[in-house]
Amino acid sequence: MTDHHNHQEIDEISGVETTGHEWDGLKELNNPAPRWWLWVFYVCVIWSVGYWIIYPAWPTFGGATKGTAGWTQFTKLEREQAEIAARQTQYLGRFHEASLEDIMNDPELYSFATAGGASAFKDNCATCHGTGGAGGKGYPNLNDDEWLWGGRIEDIYQTLLYGIRAPHDDTRISQMPAFGRDGLLTRAQVMTVADYVSGLASASSGNDHPGYTIFQEKCASCHGPEGKGNRDFGAPNLTDAIWLYGESKDVIFRTVYDGRAGVMPYWKGRLDDDTLRQLTIYVHSLGGGEAGESVNDSDFGPTIPDAGQ
Amino acid sequence: MTQISAPPSPMPGNKPVKFFARREKIYPRKVSGHYRRLKWLAMIVTLAIYYLAPLIRWDRGSQAPDQAILIDLPARRAYWFFIEIWPQEVYYLTAILVFAAIALFFVTSLLGRVWCGYFCPQTVWTDLYIAVEHWVQGDRVARQRLDKMPLCLEKIWKKGLTHFLWLLIAFCTGGAFVFYFNDAPTLWQQLLSFEVSHTVSGFIAALTFSTYIMAGYAREQVCTYMCPYARFQAAMFDKDTLIIGYDPVRGEPRGKHKAGTSWEGHGHCIDCTACVQVCPTGIDIRKGLQMECIACGLCVDACNDIMDKINLPRGLIRYDTEQRIESKDSAKNQSPRIWRPRTFYYLTILCLVAGLVIYGQLNRKPFELHALHSRNPLMVKLADGQIRNGYEIKILNKTHEDGSFSLRVENLQDAHIEIRGAGHLSPENLEVLADHVGSFHAFVSAPAQKDTPSDIRFILKDNQTGIEETYDSMFISRETK
Repeated sequence: MTDHHNHQEIDEISGVETTGHEWDGLKELNNPAPRWWLWVFYVCVIWSVGYWIIYPAWPTFGGATKGTAGWTQFTKLEREQAEIAARQTQYLGRFHEASLEDIMNDPELYSFATAGGASAFKDNCATCHGTGGAGGKGYPNLNDDEWLWGGRIEDIYQTLLYGIRAPHDDTRISQMPAFGRDGLLTRAQVMTVADYVSGLASASSGNDHPGYTIFQEKCASCHGPEGKGNRDFGAPNLTDAIWLYGESKDVIFRTVYDGRAGVMPYWKGRLDDDTLRQLTIYVHSLGGGEAGESVNDSDFGPTIPDAGQ
Repeated sequence: MTQISAPPSPMPGNKPVKFFARREKIYPRKVSGHYRRLKWLAMIVTLAIYYLAPLIRWDRGSQAPDQAILIDLPARRAYWFFIEIWPQEVYYLTAILVFAAIALFFVTSLLGRVWCGYFCPQTVWTDLYIAVEHWVQGDRVARQRLDKMPLCLEKIWKKGLTHFLWLLIAFCTGGAFVFYFNDAPTLWQQLLSFEVSHTVSGFIAALTFSTYIMAGYAREQVCTYMCPYARFQAAMFDKDTLIIGYDPVRGEPRGKHKAGTSWEGHGHCIDCTACVQVCPTGIDIRKGLQMECIACGLCVDACNDIMDKINLPRGLIRYDTEQRIESKDSAKNQSPRIWRPRTFYYLTILCLVAGLVIYGQLNRKPFELHALHSRNPLMVKLADGQIRNGYEIKILNKTHEDGSFSLRVENLQDAHIEIRGAGHLSPENLEVLADHVGSFHAFVSAPAQKDTPSDIRFILKDNQTGIEETYDSMFISRETK
């Protein structure tokens, strides 16, 4: 102990004892804590005892003490989720009963569906298709009006249910063969047909192109004689501006040489049917959704001239 | 290092200096006179406005509440008679606050702190509480005696009744406050059947508590220590501002005066301290203009009363300008100057702000358009090579009738607008309910533009009236890397 503890120095003006600490001539007074402050402190201490009793507090070997209120973060979460579920039931009941057509024409159910779909989309689909559904290389952009397997509401629903090339009995399967790798075409032939295909969109590839005959022989069975694709096989339209893997000749060459087989997982049984229907309506609402049989709405969505294919 | 020596210590054995001065309770004495009557009148008028204003009805049709003054927080609307404000128009509120502030400056520069003395809620409720105190416990001396008294039956019932009445007033204050935020007839029913929401009961409790504390206990300390206006109102004063002033030229030297003797060598102040005893802030006005003075004029009444009794002219303490109080005889009768640079500036700003508010209200569009460009994705390339951008269209229908609008886009060649939503929607017929915001998702497709982003303009037309509103947005043709 230093010696300044042994003698008390009293400040002359205030009459209060100093702590003996001094900085550049300024001395610290040893004033007691204000009485009101102490009282607030004591009240807080007493108040905190209530927490020990009411809430989980003390760790024991079998977990923390339970507390009289039975409150835990888990029960809180459960209660809040139950509240949300209760709020949803008033719509969910109607949604469950309604047909897709009814939903598309009921502003309230439609908003409910797109809101629920948007949230389910971010949880389950955004990993591949992006949070805005804009896709990426190999993952279709769901905002545009090009659809491999169809953009009518029932097409989207089916794709969601069973996936594409997914391990489900009802999944839709097609194959873009690896023409080069499997020796169906020579390297030079693949290059020629890739050149022909890359010119289809700009209409610069005509019947006189050396790739034309190869295309008619090998590709037209799925992509159609004019290269406009066929949704029954998920064969993309090669004459439009949208390229799933890229529009450069190199990429088209790789596609023809090695083939492509993108996979869309199936969701039946993994998400409940209401969520799937919400997702369907949400994806349909992103901008490319087409008019369909069950939703007979001619004003709805852009109609593709050859959507009947 | 320099040793700074402490100030010389007080005499040894004296008590050490206290740095905290305990508040001394003020027992204002009852007074009657001109200014006291004005204060009663101001109290009745302001309290009547406060309690009755929310009960006034104002017919707005079936689509909007029929209460003249209502801040409808859940619906985010504010109503004031013929004015209706949406959240987007909160600048009106700013303008009204600026107007109120400048009006305070203007009035203060002319008449001194009349707001503080007569109209401020703190003053009005404190005055009401003191009136209750006076009615139950008696005047200044009686109240002082009661406080010194040991606990007895008389003290218990007098103090108890005072606090009961205070709480009752406080409760009515809080009770009236919530009516500005709720439909009055509905809330009355709810209050009478004890079925109010927690928000309402919470606000009533909070205002009851604060009124009780502020008017019952804090009183003049609010004006002296808490109120910022009290501090900066002095900045609006000049020598021509009306203030409560003691005339030292006439009053000094003060001292006791025997009736019937000559006033030679005596000032007119007989040091009766009536002015000090009636002061609700507990100051001595004879020390000159002080920050604590709320200019209530009660000391003027008190002094005039005394002057009448000793047959001297009134006005030893009076409302006057500093110029006239301080000057000797010659300038005494000069009338106060009203037109000074500061009053002129304040009035100019007042007219300007009022003009802006009125202009804004007269030119208020009955509807409003917002078009928020979608950001995810920024743009979409379509199969035919065209570019499509998405926009969240919001149409604010501020009228009380359902409306139908048509949307088109300018500055974009070959643009095509498509509206997505439930059912059949077309950009020529966007229906928005009365007093509602209609949300639509619009897709605009057009050939790729040279500039990206390029400026475009949405135009919304009211199909009934033909009035148009515009909103400038942009069209993005390429993803910029």
